[in-house]
Amino acid sequence: MPTLTEILETMDYGPAPEDAKIAQSWLDKHSGGFGHFINGQFTKPGQSFSVSNPATGAEIAQVTQGAAEDVDAAVKAARAAQPKWAALPGHARAKHLYALARHVQQHARFLAVLETIDNGKPIRETRDIDVPLVARHFYHHAGWAEILADEFPGATPQGVCGQVIPWNFPLLMLAWKVAPALAAGNTVVLKPAEYTPLTALALAEIAAEAGLPKGVLNIVTGDGATGAAIVGHKDIDKVAFTGSTEVGRIIRRQTAGSGKGLTLELGGKSPFIVFADADIDAAVEGVVDAIWFNQGQVCCAGSRILVAESIAPRFTHLLKQRMAKLRVGDPLDKSIDMGAIVHPVQLDRIASLVDQGKASGAAITQGTAPQGCFYPPTLAENVEPANILATEEIFGPVVTLTTFRTPEDALALANATNYGLAASVWSENVNLALDVAAKVKAGVVWINATNLFDAAAGFGGYRESGFGREGGREGMMAYLRPARPGKPGKPEAAPATPDPLPALSGPAQPIDRTAKMYIGGKQARPDSGYVYQVMGPKGPVGMAGLGNRKDIRNAVEAAHKAAGWGKATGHNRAQVLYYLAENLSARAEEFADRLHSFGQSKKTAEAEVDATLRRAFWYAAQADKFDGAVHSTSNPYVTLAMNEPLGVVGVSCPDSLPLLGLMSLVLPAIAMGNAVVALPSQSHPLAATDLYQVFDTSDLPGGVVNLVTGPRDELAKTLADHDDVATMWYFGSAEGCTMVETASAGNLKQTWTEVAGIRDFTGPAGQGREFLHRATQVKNIWVPYGE
Amino acid sequence: MTDTPQHGANHARNPGMALDTAMFEGHGVNRTAAERRAAQLTTRRTVKKTWQAAWLVNAIRCIDLTTLAGDDTEGRVRRLCAKARQPLAPHIMAGLELDLLHTGAVCVYPTMVGHAVRALKGTGIPVASVATGFPAGLMPLNLRLAEIRYAVEEGAEEIDIVITREHVLNRDWSALYDEVAAMREACGDAHLKAILATGDLQTLRNVYAASMVAMQAGSDFIKTSTGKEGVNATLPVSLTMVRALRDYRDATGHDVGFKPAGGMKSAKDAIAWQILMKEEMGNRWLQPDMFRLGASSMLGDIERQLVHHVTGRYAAAHRHAIA
Repeated sequence: MPTLTEILETMDYGPAPEDAKIAQSWLDKHSGGFGHFINGQFTKPGQSFSVSNPATGAEIAQVTQGAAEDVDAAVKAARAAQPKWAALPGHARAKHLYALARHVQQHARFLAVLETIDNGKPIRETRDIDVPLVARHFYHHAGWAEILADEFPGATPQGVCGQVIPWNFPLLMLAWKVAPALAAGNTVVLKPAEYTPLTALALAEIAAEAGLPKGVLNIVTGDGATGAAIVGHKDIDKVAFTGSTEVGRIIRRQTAGSGKGLTLELGGKSPFIVFADADIDAAVEGVVDAIWFNQGQVCCAGSRILVAESIAPRFTHLLKQRMAKLRVGDPLDKSIDMGAIVHPVQLDRIASLVDQGKASGAAITQGTAPQGCFYPPTLAENVEPANILATEEIFGPVVTLTTFRTPEDALALANATNYGLAASVWSENVNLALDVAAKVKAGVVWINATNLFDAAAGFGGYRESGFGREGGREGMMAYLRPARPGKPGKPEAAPATPDPLPALSGPAQPIDRTAKMYIGGKQARPDSGYVYQVMGPKGPVGMAGLGNRKDIRNAVEAAHKAAGWGKATGHNRAQVLYYLAENLSARAEEFADRLHSFGQSKKTAEAEVDATLRRAFWYAAQADKFDGAVHSTSNPYVTLAMNEPLGVVGVSCPDSLPLLGLMSLVLPAIAMGNAVVALPSQSHPLAATDLYQVFDTSDLPGGVVNLVTGPRDELAKTLADHDDVATMWYFGSAEGCTMVETASAGNLKQTWTEVAGIRDFTGPAGQGREFLHRATQVKNIWVPYGE
Repeated sequence: MTDTPQHGANHARNPGMALDTAMFEGHGVNRTAAERRAAQLTTRRTVKKTWQAAWLVNAIRCIDLTTLAGDDTEGRVRRLCAKARQPLAPHIMAGLELDLLHTGAVCVYPTMVGHAVRALKGTGIPVASVATGFPAGLMPLNLRLAEIRYAVEEGAEEIDIVITREHVLNRDWSALYDEVAAMREACGDAHLKAILATGDLQTLRNVYAASMVAMQAGSDFIKTSTGKEGVNATLPVSLTMVRALRDYRDATGHDVGFKPAGGMKSAKDAIAWQILMKEEMGNRWLQPDMFRLGASSMLGDIERQLVHHVTGRYAAAHRHAIA
């Protein structure tokens, strides 16, 4: 040990170890191994696996590998506890969540130290970030429990939630999942990651200490097989997963058609955009907080630096200087910036990706790291777009640097990714920063900041970064079922297979009319060159185009060209919808006659047209009113929750209600700025094809609504498979629902599937805010203030 | 322990340069980000045990032990100088195994310089004098320059001048430059420490710009505050100034010192500002010729911490020699 005089020469920081005694005594107490936490108590340890401290490699605990029967027992306990938990007054649930928050605070240091030992992340982070945010989450959601009935009238909990969480923020991800679930009246079966199960088990003890009723929170430990058993369990109502996009895709397929609710918070390759007028030092420090936070094992880490060419040399110089100052080592040391990588498997993966990147021409600059499961902070330059370092989520302390010329260039680079979780924008120009924030494809945007989290703000991604939000009002909705007024109906019968042969008779018409596809604002002949018969009660009443996959391809292309619609003001969109109602109203009789020709009574046909008109007015009214929120998060930031359109929405309509069914889905989608590719009623598409002239005369820009008639499920499959469709709404058969959900896994598009006929589109269930929520995704933009 | 380098011992003075507004105009300083970084300085770094003691001893080496009060007298200044010469009691020095330690300088009003010089004779401790109509600086320039010359004649080796805040607030950079350049000339061999009175400048952009002009005009040190503004030394302001002197060095090759002053009272503050210097600038800026802490009560708290380090007991202020 150096003397004081020697230290005066070196001015080193010296060791500053956090005392791990109490966490160690807890581990010693459990040296016989951990069981699962089911129905309020720990089971006896079963077949177990070892958990190690990545910083030392030492085994620290034995944890039980959850088998199917363990999962079963946990789900049973959760199921048994759920009705009583949900029936508690909000205030009673609030008191429980409040107690959890308080007890987490009381045990804050214990949890922080344990997390560091288990995960390898620096004590600074567990102490200053992870654990305080855990407490914050429970506090915030104690509040939601209290006011649930006021704020979400009629909504009901999903039931039993199966939650599978990752190893990068073990306790924080637990809080993000458990707090909203419990606040909403659900019960939980949660599996922590196999690398890092200990703080979840500690929290289970703390929950018992805080008096949480038994069965409300169940923790089952194990590996991916245990996770799959939870996700696949037939008595789970809702699955929430945070982890890799790869596993997210598997879960999407596994749960397809099960009727389970699903939210996925997946990977990212988030851009970190530095404009020429940025505070360069601030941006450099931002990189530290972005990618050299938690060893870069952060799904929303700014892992792609995009920097203006004009400042790139200075920025890079300062960044390298800063990187050289980072201290990597013992995560229990209070003066450490980066701790251990969670597991040697991850370390090997990071090293291998960097080697591959290097082999493809990347120039690598690294800081220093000690021997063991540590990886140095790493900067990769000369990374071409196809380099694996530019495309693959590395999940390590590795950041790429690319230059751009103009804001447009920066956005093109930023959005050239399958992901869309987060983005960081650095500029002192408020116009530029907000413009980029609006245009970047990401669920969370931080301006002149990065990696800010708060329970009151939603977190979650666009594109293959998943769907659903955690935190805030939008996060609560993921754990609730919206109120559904009216009685459920009966599933409708499958439509008859389209018959492309000439009909032997036809309707009397003054002049023959040909119904085509409607693509890009123009009528287009079906690519197939075929038509099919549309039947009335007494035989054919007309012919419709027999659509195929190429018509879908064309329609999706046309819909993308109509992207300007999403940028129009709500008022502009409202004007178009009112105008549409006006023109439809002028031809109400013609539409009623058309519906009547399909076999409806005159009266119901008129009622359907009238309901469609009202609906157009309702969504016109909402077009400039379904706006976002300003979340109350942390100072000094304004957190804007903006409702953004999803992009291109695929809509497969019920067979019945050929006009109202179509418009009940198309209107909310376009009111919110989406473009639609819709498959109208397969049996009776002619009410839809009559709409072309209404659209054309209502100033609806071409491509905003595209209609393809023909075999619904075949066309729906093409839409659900399409990588450039953002979301798919499907009303049809049960098999179709499964098919759409399975196919959607390709680009992880959001889906809304229902068996047609159950929802009564003629009543209040046929319109409402639920439709608008479905038509939007929330982007949270954090804007700092203060000069 | 090696002798602590005093001003000018190890590096050439900053000769200044022509006014170049491009070096600071349009230079963005984002307050939110600066505050975030400042807050993290002491959560990312800490020093414990012997290291903590060493860092506190180093802080003493860098303190400009200051009295700037209307009731200063010769006796008061003598007492302060005695404390500067022997900041720690002999048994604490022995416990730390130190045989030589004094503060970086003593800082007084011009009329007190003579008293201080006499009291510090033979110690090598420089006397710093505030000047130029301290603290507001709103006196005719010729009187301010005369005050500098007076203090230098009295024996001050360092002159802590105040800038005209109006020049910054009105962005009259050439007026600011000319003023500081004239003061530098008046200082002669004495070192010029430019007090920016950052609490009056308000924005960090102003702080950055004023820092840069002061350095271009030839300041040897840039200093945050007089201690008389509503807000004195803060970490975000210090971070901004230190980054300015780093940018100035990168552009010109000239090293400029930094002196936070006012509002820093605790041993914890002493550590925090040293962490800032080490992280942003490196060890060189932990030496008293490049870094000073303008403080009066901080020393007492440091002393208490060091007593605890040596004896293992918590200290009482009344048991130590007062300044």
